Amino acid sequence: MWQEKIETMPREELEALQSERLIWQVKRMYERVPLFKQRMDEKGLKPEDIKSVQDLHKLPFSYKQDLRDYYPYGLFAEPMENIERVHASSGTTGKKIVVGYTKKDLSDWADCVARMMHAIGLSNRDFIQVSYGYGLFTGGLGAHGGAERIGATVIPTSSGNTANQLQTMVDFGSTALCCTPSYALYLGEAAEEAGVIDKLQLKAGIFGAEPWSEDMRQEIERKLHIKAYDIYGLSEIMGPGVSYECEYQAGMHVCEDMFIPEIIDPDTLEVLPAGEKGELVFTTITKEGFPLIRYRTRDICSLNYEKCKCGRTHVRMNKPQGRTDDMLIIRGVNVFPSQIEEVLLKVSGDITPNYQIVVDRVNNTDTFDINVEMSEALFADDIKTIEKTERLIKERLRDVLGISAGVHLVNPKSITRSEGKAKRVIDKRKI
Amino acid sequence: MKQLSVFVENKIGRLSAVLDILKVNDVDISALSLADTSEYGILRLVVDKPDEAMAALKEAGIMVKCTQVIAAAMDDAPGGLAYLLSLLTNANIGIEYMYAFIGKAEGKAWTVLRVDDVETATEVFKKNGVAMHDDHDNYRR
Repeated sequence: MWQEKIETMPREELEALQSERLIWQVKRMYERVPLFKQRMDEKGLKPEDIKSVQDLHKLPFSYKQDLRDYYPYGLFAEPMENIERVHASSGTTGKKIVVGYTKKDLSDWADCVARMMHAIGLSNRDFIQVSYGYGLFTGGLGAHGGAERIGATVIPTSSGNTANQLQTMVDFGSTALCCTPSYALYLGEAAEEAGVIDKLQLKAGIFGAEPWSEDMRQEIERKLHIKAYDIYGLSEIMGPGVSYECEYQAGMHVCEDMFIPEIIDPDTLEVLPAGEKGELVFTTITKEGFPLIRYRTRDICSLNYEKCKCGRTHVRMNKPQGRTDDMLIIRGVNVFPSQIEEVLLKVSGDITPNYQIVVDRVNNTDTFDINVEMSEALFADDIKTIEKTERLIKERLRDVLGISAGVHLVNPKSITRSEGKAKRVIDKRKI
Repeated sequence: MKQLSVFVENKIGRLSAVLDILKVNDVDISALSLADTSEYGILRLVVDKPDEAMAALKEAGIMVKCTQVIAAAMDDAPGGLAYLLSLLTNANIGIEYMYAFIGKAEGKAWTVLRVDDVETATEVFKKNGVAMHDDHDNYRR
C-alpha cells in the first residue's frame, strides 16, 4: 500500500485522527474565513464546541453558491503567497468557481491519487497516459500529480485528437490510461477500427469525471482488454482522488484522513444512518488553501463501512446515483440548465424562450442538443438573420459551458409541457 | 405592402397546418415563397387580409411576423424583371429576397421585393414610372 498505516488504520484510531484534524480546521477557519465565522456565530457555535467528529453534525453547511458569492479568493484560508495553484470549473451561471491549493494540499492530492494507482497495481515501472484535459479542470493535473508521485513515467497527452492518442499509446507503450469513461470507450472503438488493439500494452484504466454504469465498465474492459477503475472527485473538495476503487472494484474508498463524508437527507438535513442513501457531504480536515466544512456535493449515494477485502479501513461510497439539483454531466463537463437559460435570455433580450435540453449517448459519446421554441425576439423574415441568431446562441453556450451544443429552433409551444411547466431536461443516456 | 412571414419547422404536416388555418379563416393567398434550411423554413405570404390572417395564425400558436415589402409591377414579357432590378442596382440597393408572380391585371406581372433601403427603392420606382401597390386587390383586377 502507498500509505499503509493511514490506509489500514483501525477505525477507532482513524476517528481520533479525524477529530484532532477537525478541531484544528474549525479553529483556523473560524479565525480566517469570515463567512464561516459568520455562519458559526449565527448558530451560536464556538470552535471550542467542536470536540470530536461526533460534533460534526452541529457545524453549518457550505454550498456551491458560496464559491460564487466569494469569487474568486474570498473563501481561501491562506494568504495568496501560500497558494501554489488554482483550479476552476464552471458554476451554475457564467461565473466560474475557483479553488486554491498550498504546496501541502497539492502533495496530499498527489497522495490520494497515488493510493489508488498503487492499489490497482501501478508502480514506477508503468507508463501512465493522462488523457484528461490539462488546465483549469482538475482532471489532467490531478491524475498527473498522482502518477508522478508513484514515480511512473507520465505521458501527458491531455484530451482530444484520438488518432494521436492511439499512436502515442502504441509507440510509447502506455500501460495505464486516465480519461473519462466515455472517451475510453471511444478510444477502444477507434483502436479496434485502426487495428491496433493487439499493439496496446494497457492493463488498467482510471476513469472518472462523469457518471458511468457497471455495463459500461464491462464494455470498456472487454474492448480495451484492461481493468477499468472508477475514481471520484470534485474540484471544490480536491479533484479526482477524493475516493477511488481499489483492486476489488467494490466501491470507492474515501481518503478519510483528509475528507470526512456524511450522508444527509436533503430535505430534513439530518445525518442518515450508515448504509442509507442520501446526499453526500464532505468536510476537508487537512486542506489549507481552500477548506470547506460540510460541503453539500448534491451527489446522491450511500456509504459502506464494512472492512474491504483489500484491508483498507477507509469507508467506501458507491457510484453517485443522481443529483439533488439539476446539474448534468455532459462529456465530463458540469452543465446547469440555468447557464443555458442565461445565454438564451441574453440573446433573446427580453424573455427567455422556452427550451429543452436533450442529452443522449450515441457511439459512446454524449450528444447535447437544445431545442429552442421560436419567439418574437428570435424570429425574422429572412434566414440570414435567424442563422446569425442561432450562431450567436451556439457561440455563447460554448463560451459559458466549455462544450458545444446543437441548437435547434422549433415551433412555438411544441415543447411538451406538464402542468404548464416545460420539461427542461430529457436525458436519454442509460447510465 | 404587408407580407406575412411564418416560421415552419421542417416536419411533416407543419406547412399544411398553416394553410388549413388560412383556409378556415377564408384568407386568399396571391403569392408565396418558401425559404428553407435543413431544419426549418420561412413561408412568406401575400394575402388579402393580412391582419386577420396574422391574428388567426398567432392564435394557433404559430410564429408569424408582418414585414413591409414592395410589390412592383413589371411587363409580363422578356426583360421585365431585368429592367426592375437594373433600377435597384443603379441606385445601389441590395435585395434581401424577392419572388414574383403573375397578376390578374392584363399583361402585368408582380415582383415582391424586400430591400435594405425601402425608401430609396420606392423613390427610384416612382421616378421611373414603375407601378407599386400596397393593396392586395390591385392585382386581382
